[in-house]
Amino acid sequence: MGITIDWANFTPWLSLFGGVLIGLASVMLMAFKGRIAGISGVVGGLLQFSNVPRGHFSWRLAFVLGLLLSSAIYGLVWQVPLSVIDSGYPLLILAGLLVGFGTRMGSGCTSGHAVCGVGRLSPRSMVATLSFMASGFATAYLVFHVFGG
Amino acid sequence: MQTLFVFVSGLVFGIGLIISGMSNPAKVIHFLDIAGQWDPSLAFVMLGAIPVSFVGFRLIEKRGQTVYQEPLHLPGTNRVNRSLVVGGFIFGAGWAMAGFCPGPALVALGAGYGKALVFVLAMIAGILIHDIPFKGLMNKSQPA
Repeated sequence: MGITIDWANFTPWLSLFGGVLIGLASVMLMAFKGRIAGISGVVGGLLQFSNVPRGHFSWRLAFVLGLLLSSAIYGLVWQVPLSVIDSGYPLLILAGLLVGFGTRMGSGCTSGHAVCGVGRLSPRSMVATLSFMASGFATAYLVFHVFGG
Repeated sequence: MQTLFVFVSGLVFGIGLIISGMSNPAKVIHFLDIAGQWDPSLAFVMLGAIPVSFVGFRLIEKRGQTVYQEPLHLPGTNRVNRSLVVGGFIFGAGWAMAGFCPGPALVALGAGYGKALVFVLAMIAGILIHDIPFKGLMNKSQPA
């Protein structure tokens, strides 16, 4: 299997710089609130209502609000790049269900495991990251080449 | 003030996702689809993020508390178990289908994309399906 690189869309420096910001944001949340910046965990916590400790919701809401407003605030200064969403609604819904269920079952997603957990050299997070990366590559092959996308 | 810092963390996180290209599902799919026109850019996101989190978490964990002298909430267990691997597999499959993982989906929702709203609602349903019946059964069968 020959690999063809999409040089026209290759953005190593922007992706590296964005990654540095993501790392800094994760470190900030730990430094100021003592929490892991795992988006699935933060959102999942917002959906729990029984037996929650004091202050359970406020920091989660503040963090999610920051994410939700990031595009608008970025747009005040720079042009926000487009999010191109080609998937149809049935695939989007199936994907959303799998992402919600899988991240809770696997105790984390790209942020909590691949950025925070791997940074902390957690064996659990390394295994989880290998697992969802392998599955991501395999699924992309199946969806876009075997079943036609 | 503390809540403001938490808000800024979310904001910087989201801006990092935008700049890196993670908030563009088409780019994510071009990264995961090695057999297509492969765009390896997103590998550089981890290369940028992990050294920063490695050094940052090390310093904070050495100190043992937050800037506000509060305890750190660090994941307690170090056990690699089946649900970790199976959950990761399920998540990876969903990630590759639409090109969205949770953070970028929230960023795109905030940017006003209707399809991101559909994805986020389905994701919330997936979380609830796991957390309400499934986790309840798991807790009954294996004491924590």
